Amino acid sequence: MSNKIAVRVENVVKSFTGGDSRVFALKGASLEARFGEILMIVGPSGCGKTTLLSVICGTLKFEEGQITVFDKDLGTMRNGEITRFRRENIGFIFQQFNLIPTLTAVENVSIPLILQGKSRTEAEKRARAVLEQVGLGERFKSYPNQLSGGQQQRVAISRALVHEPRLIICDEPTAALDSVSGHKTLELLKASALKPDRCVIIVTHDSRIYPFADRIVQMDDGHVIGHFDDHTQIQHA
Amino acid sequence: MLNIALKMLFRDRAKYAMLVCGLAFCSLLMCQQSSVFCGLMMWTTATVRNIGAPVWVVDAKVEQANEVIPMRQIEVDRVRSVQGVAWAVPLYIGIEQARLGDGSFQNVQVVGLDTGTLTGRPMNMKAGRIEDLRLPDSVVVDQVAVEKFRRKGIKIELGTTFEINDKSARVVGICHVSRSFLGQPYIYTTYDRALEYAKPSRKQLSYVLAAPMPGISAEELATRIDKLDGLRAIASDDLFWMTIRWYIKNTGIPISFGTVVILGLIVGVAIAGQTFYLFVHDNLRFLAAFKAMGARNSTLAAMVLAQAFSVGFIGYGIGVGLAAWFGNTVLAKEAPPFFMPWQVPAFVACVILFICSFSALIGLTKVMRLEPAVVFR
Ligand SMILES: Nc1ncnc2c1ncn2[C@@H]1O[C@H](COP(=O)(O)OP(=O)(O)OP(=O)(O)O)[C@@H](O)[C@H]1O
Ligand SMILES: [Mg+2]
Repeated sequence: MSNKIAVRVENVVKSFTGGDSRVFALKGASLEARFGEILMIVGPSGCGKTTLLSVICGTLKFEEGQITVFDKDLGTMRNGEITRFRRENIGFIFQQFNLIPTLTAVENVSIPLILQGKSRTEAEKRARAVLEQVGLGERFKSYPNQLSGGQQQRVAISRALVHEPRLIICDEPTAALDSVSGHKTLELLKASALKPDRCVIIVTHDSRIYPFADRIVQMDDGHVIGHFDDHTQIQHA
Repeated sequence: MLNIALKMLFRDRAKYAMLVCGLAFCSLLMCQQSSVFCGLMMWTTATVRNIGAPVWVVDAKVEQANEVIPMRQIEVDRVRSVQGVAWAVPLYIGIEQARLGDGSFQNVQVVGLDTGTLTGRPMNMKAGRIEDLRLPDSVVVDQVAVEKFRRKGIKIELGTTFEINDKSARVVGICHVSRSFLGQPYIYTTYDRALEYAKPSRKQLSYVLAAPMPGISAEELATRIDKLDGLRAIASDDLFWMTIRWYIKNTGIPISFGTVVILGLIVGVAIAGQTFYLFVHDNLRFLAAFKAMGARNSTLAAMVLAQAFSVGFIGYGIGVGLAAWFGNTVLAKEAPPFFMPWQVPAFVACVILFICSFSALIGLTKVMRLEPAVVFR
């Protein structure tokens, strides 16, 4: 594990205004994520985990503080730049998989490459190679509803990896899976996603997958309240 | 991404079918109704087109081609005396009663052509010779007469005789001409014999047909003749449009057809707009995922537009195709009227374009406002 910082979040504040009330989802959260590690963000429901993830990948704007991803200061980047930055540097794995039901596995996986302007043949060729790596080489023409939850998540992982991003963001990747599939998914992530020049950030509730983390940050009520190198140290909230 | 967008559309079978059917139905309805309307309007100008004279002279109070206000015979000579008139001939057109062999009656339009020149003669003779009109008691009937008499059990051939206002008429020819608005058969004969068939009256001249000398346009000649007291002269093209305008203004025809066309529009907007909205709505989650993965707004907009316009294009193709097929089928029978000038499909294309733009716009407003962060929820 290198010690180079991939993502640095410093005192970030983010609030939501709904009607006349204002909810602070992040109240000055700070963390660092390094290359070559799996960082897990854990904490009780509503503590701001998803919000933190969203501001890190630039899909949400924040009000105060500073976020640098690969030495880029997100606060100073324009919308178009951030969109492009995401397209080139970030892979996503969602809780609901978010696979397009009307596209086959290989078509789903090729989307990040097509978004980058690659030709369809090239993108699908690369997508098939990645699907083979995750053990779905036989199923590349299947539609998502023909696949099990675990297989769907493997397609989603392939989609997150296909364009070789330097940062992989996962929000509750195992929430929709049983414990066996969840375990397998994390094994796969660790085996295929983790590289010295890459950083994986996982938000999760699921204590069963804590052992896969290199480091864990614990959140509560919009703050980061602890860093742990060893999952056994975490106090369950 | 357009390829992806189209796959997302085509593979969503139910919505895709609904969209295409809605737009096809809407195109068919509008195209077919507009064409029937145009066909009807063409019927109103059948006489003008069948006779084909450059300039028509009528009583000053006449407003359209099918209105006959009889004039005095002398008007032919007055028209001839106008500078620039190459020739001027009389034309009689009147509704008379034909009595068939079995005693049944049929209203017919007797067309009396100038006896010397037979100006205005039908161009398409199916049997016989138009010159035989110069024989005693002879008439040339059109295809509508053949059809109408056939339905009454009488076969019309060369030599068949019947009576018009108790005077004998013998068929010496059968022609094919454009049928008229009320569908009364055209019975051609000479001007002099037409006056014999007609009930006697002081004024019997229906039209004076005239042609300009070389170097003068029909419009110019019409303006000159128009200066004659009590007469109105109209170039054939102008009479054509004047007649159509008159029917549009003075009958309920445009309203009834317009209603159906507007209904088609509403059905199209309702079905297509709503289905497309649903389609985009169902896909919002995935579009948000694309946005999170770094798709530009312009990319997503292009995807939505491609989806909207491809269903529009296909629906339009099917609808207009069906309308054309319908047209072809009824054209063989000549009823209901059907005439599809290029303006009709062009007009329908515009409407479909509008519906698609409208649908796409609704989808686009959703997509543009989409927060990519919603994918995490
Ligand atoms: N779009 C939004 N509008 C208003 N309030 C929001 C919005 N998104 C999040 N919040 C609020 O911000 C707070 C933090 O939400 P967030 O989703 O980040 O929590 P979380 O830790 O991911 O929770 P969970 O574990 O349930 O997913 C919550 O109080 C939530 O209600
Ligand atoms: Mg969350």
